[in-house]
Amino acid sequence: MGSEMEQDRRSPVLEPGYTFASVTDKISSIVLTTRTPRYWWIGFAISFLITMVLLASITYLLIRGVGIWGINIPVGWGFAIINFVWWIGIGHAGTLISAILLLLRQEWRTSINRFAEAMTLFAVANAALFPLLHLGRPWLFYYLFPYPNTMALWPQFRSPLVWDVFAVTTYGLVSLLFWYVGMIPDLATLRDRAGSFFGRISYGFLAMGWRGSARHWHRYQKAYFLLAALATPLVVSVHSIVGLDFAVSVIPGWHATIFPPYFVAGAIFSGFAMVMTIAIPLRAAYSLEDFITMRHLDNMAKVMLAMGLIVAYGYLMENFMAWYSGEEAEMFIYIFRFTGFYSPVYWGLLTLNVLVPQLLWFRRVRSSVLLLWIVSILVNVGMWIERFIIVVTSLSRDFLPSSWANYLPTFWDWSTFIGTLGLFFALIFLFIRFLPVISIFEMRELVAEQEEHAS
Amino acid sequence: MPAESNTSAWIYGLLAEFESPRALLQATRSAYQAGYRRMDAYSPYPVEGLAEALGMYHTRLSVIVLIGGIVGAAGGFFMQYYASVISYPIIVGGKPYFSWPAFIPVTFELAILGAAIAAILGLFGLSGLPMPYHPVFNVESFSQASRNRFFLAIEAEDPNFDLEETRDFLERLEPIEVSEVNR
Repeated sequence: MGSEMEQDRRSPVLEPGYTFASVTDKISSIVLTTRTPRYWWIGFAISFLITMVLLASITYLLIRGVGIWGINIPVGWGFAIINFVWWIGIGHAGTLISAILLLLRQEWRTSINRFAEAMTLFAVANAALFPLLHLGRPWLFYYLFPYPNTMALWPQFRSPLVWDVFAVTTYGLVSLLFWYVGMIPDLATLRDRAGSFFGRISYGFLAMGWRGSARHWHRYQKAYFLLAALATPLVVSVHSIVGLDFAVSVIPGWHATIFPPYFVAGAIFSGFAMVMTIAIPLRAAYSLEDFITMRHLDNMAKVMLAMGLIVAYGYLMENFMAWYSGEEAEMFIYIFRFTGFYSPVYWGLLTLNVLVPQLLWFRRVRSSVLLLWIVSILVNVGMWIERFIIVVTSLSRDFLPSSWANYLPTFWDWSTFIGTLGLFFALIFLFIRFLPVISIFEMRELVAEQEEHAS
Repeated sequence: MPAESNTSAWIYGLLAEFESPRALLQATRSAYQAGYRRMDAYSPYPVEGLAEALGMYHTRLSVIVLIGGIVGAAGGFFMQYYASVISYPIIVGGKPYFSWPAFIPVTFELAILGAAIAAILGLFGLSGLPMPYHPVFNVESFSQASRNRFFLAIEAEDPNFDLEETRDFLERLEPIEVSEVNR
């Protein structure tokens, strides 16, 4: 009883008064009938220009090689790996929202899962770019895969870096399949509503002749649930393997068993921050406040807070274990983080990832859209800095002081990173313009449930 | 009017349109009780119990996904075994050639990949998708099946199908409209 009353005080998952027809029309109109708003053009133009910066950076990289970056020996990983880990972490919230919350029957996922999945896909695409560019000779990337070759060589299957190839490839493919299958009924909706010949043909092609048959729905739901059940351990495994990339080596500050779980929590933390960063302007721009309600933002803020606490626990344990190990190099790296060359960055990390999220304890912060947006952007920055600290501080100060060296990013490091931000947002803008940002058929299910409760 | 025996040559069946999921569910149950089997129900979202009302309780999809997962895992594991023990044995980090714990992550990833691909292929294969043409789309109001209308189609191939009788039967279920579906 108490929990029911509790439920009533919160904002609903879907504002009342919607019918099957009105949810369908409202969401499909964003793609089909609404005149493309001016800020879409401005936003897309800016992100497209930044994508061109990425193109220029990659072109120059292919001409000159990885020497244009700030990497050196001992810091061989630099921005490429920082960005790889950051982007793939962002992707994880999409899978978490669409798969884990589906299995847990959290109906508030419905209006945010579609674009969270799109975000996953675009983030994984950006993530996959970096290790390939970091190869030095990216055109030989297929050496990473086991294929029959005249050199009679095989990948080294005991290396976490090879596990990574399999994890990220599987993750990308499964995310794509999950996203596409989830969209088929909505593509059919768009096919049936599209006015233009081109629209009917392209949505019709993508919808594969979906007609809403009860037998198809029966298998569809089964398939969707199974995919969710497969994606759930997958998402945990992917970032655990990313964590093992570090933990399996013996570099001080990396060789810790806490890495896999702490990486997974960090990934979800930054991923939810990115979902929030996109959702808040999106719901305002397309007046979707009835579908993406304060309840969604509130819940996401709570997940962020919880994950932030796990990440903070990770920082604490890292430091404790280093001290407890009694190992000189281990202990030194943590003192170096607090006081050494990169200490301003480390203090920034602690502020953004540990202090700032504590604001989310307050209901007033969670109910202010602007504050939530600012916090989510700060967390995105904080999580990027976290990867910087992990990658750079440990590599720059390993066991032998004679091999110590600092790493500073160059112009090309920054332009490649900012370029991928442009690519990410350009893809998001295209997605908003051409595909349904909210799952229409699942919104109809919510309407049906609402009607059932009312009667 | 052509003879009853070759009705199915020019007509796919009859399509009844309903206002609500409940009406469709009841109509489907009545049609099943009346002995119709070659029929299908169409709805804009998965209506609970509708597939069961059509007499469909199981799907082989789960088994297909299981097989996909096993094939992925076994294939992945033995590929690594073949590569590391038979084709290109090399000692890394003092580990034995057959260092199976190190093979688990890739085995796991390929199990997931195999199962996921099997789920998609199974879904499409069992449902006969992609299907570029289907007769129900010839009915104009069927475009509302992806918005807010619910449809029941009884196919002419059903042994109990009779254009007049089946139409009368469907009319008694109080639909918005009953239309003939041309092939």
